[in-house]
Amino acid sequence: MSSRPELQAPPEIFYDDSEARKYTSSSRIAEIQAKLSERALELLALPDDGVPRLLLDIGCGSGLSGETITENGHQWIGLDISPSMLNVALQNEVEGDLLLGDMGQGLGLRPGVIDGAISISAVQWLCNADKSSHEPRLRLKAFFGSLYRCLARGARAVLQVYPENLAQRELILSYAMRAGFAGGVVVDFPHSTKRRKEYLVLTCGPPSLSTAVPGGKGEDGESCSDDESSGDEENQTVSISDRHRPRKKQKINKKGKDRGWVLKKKEQMRRKGNVVPPDTKYTARKRKARF
Amino acid sequence: MRLLTHNMLSCNIKGVTNGFPLRIEAEKVVEKQLEINHDFLRNIFPKIDWKAFSDASRIMGYHELPEEPPEPSVLESDAEFLGKFHHALLELHLEEGALICPETGRKFPVSKGIPNMLLLEDEV
Repeated sequence: MSSRPELQAPPEIFYDDSEARKYTSSSRIAEIQAKLSERALELLALPDDGVPRLLLDIGCGSGLSGETITENGHQWIGLDISPSMLNVALQNEVEGDLLLGDMGQGLGLRPGVIDGAISISAVQWLCNADKSSHEPRLRLKAFFGSLYRCLARGARAVLQVYPENLAQRELILSYAMRAGFAGGVVVDFPHSTKRRKEYLVLTCGPPSLSTAVPGGKGEDGESCSDDESSGDEENQTVSISDRHRPRKKQKINKKGKDRGWVLKKKEQMRRKGNVVPPDTKYTARKRKARF
Repeated sequence: MRLLTHNMLSCNIKGVTNGFPLRIEAEKVVEKQLEINHDFLRNIFPKIDWKAFSDASRIMGYHELPEEPPEPSVLESDAEFLGKFHHALLELHLEEGALICPETGRKFPVSKGIPNMLLLEDEV
């Protein structure tokens, strides 16, 4: 079976009592959620003046992300479609208010009242049609349209998503832009499969300098939204002189894995976010003859 | 659900032009203590629809708030008013009851403090 929960069942059915219990018992899930919400709040870039704001948590689930908001001193309203997850949130006695609702039906909120919105691993659910009445494009449109309306001018929304593929990300982003948002995708750890996380950073209002999208973590100053195309540029150009070289000569050059090769591999692993020992004078040192 | 959230919620049914404010049917109201934060109250005050807020507080059984919206200057000086505002906004919770759309009369039940805002297929 697929490992993506989106492909298994609609959210209100997938997150049943047993799945919801995992969110109280598993410290690993809690830790990941806390990290994601911490980063989302960081990207939200609220003014640092100590004034508590009113934030929206879309797909709040058991309130793990809400607890991070509370720790940062803000008030929040959480929305989720799964009653089981909201029950867990009640047991955890979260500080924010909870609503049972479907983001694909639009957020029923007054215009311009919310100071910021975060969403952790929720928006990709909109791309699925779980009922015959569901039309993903209309649901995305309703969601982003109502989100744009309820946010105050200049407010940000940071949505952490797990798009299934490139097309799905494009779809989500295009509907966000159509609703009037400015912004883009921030990718943390783009070279790692496991730690790679994508955040849609959206700003209410037309694009300007202040709405520029911040850079992602662990990407060596590359711009974040076009990391697929700029992957490894030196690998894309084919050297013609190499092609006509006699085969034998090529083999002679490939003599063992030298220090340069080891350093290159270590750098690759570091970019993936793995723990790699530091480079020292002992790195890839030649062994003595007695070995 | 606190009155803060009630003041932000509006009815989302297709075709409804004025879905705010939702009328409250209170069956059970509880109070939960919360530390007062003046900065938050000042920040949220301009966004509150005062009439809906004071009406809602009366339905919840709290009669201390003035009917007319107070001057913003009150927020700077009057600690007593801030206390009342804080109590009504953040400490009163609607635990059981319902929210009713002013235009269509559609009932959104509230149980265990969570309003069920899910719409039926023909309301989207």
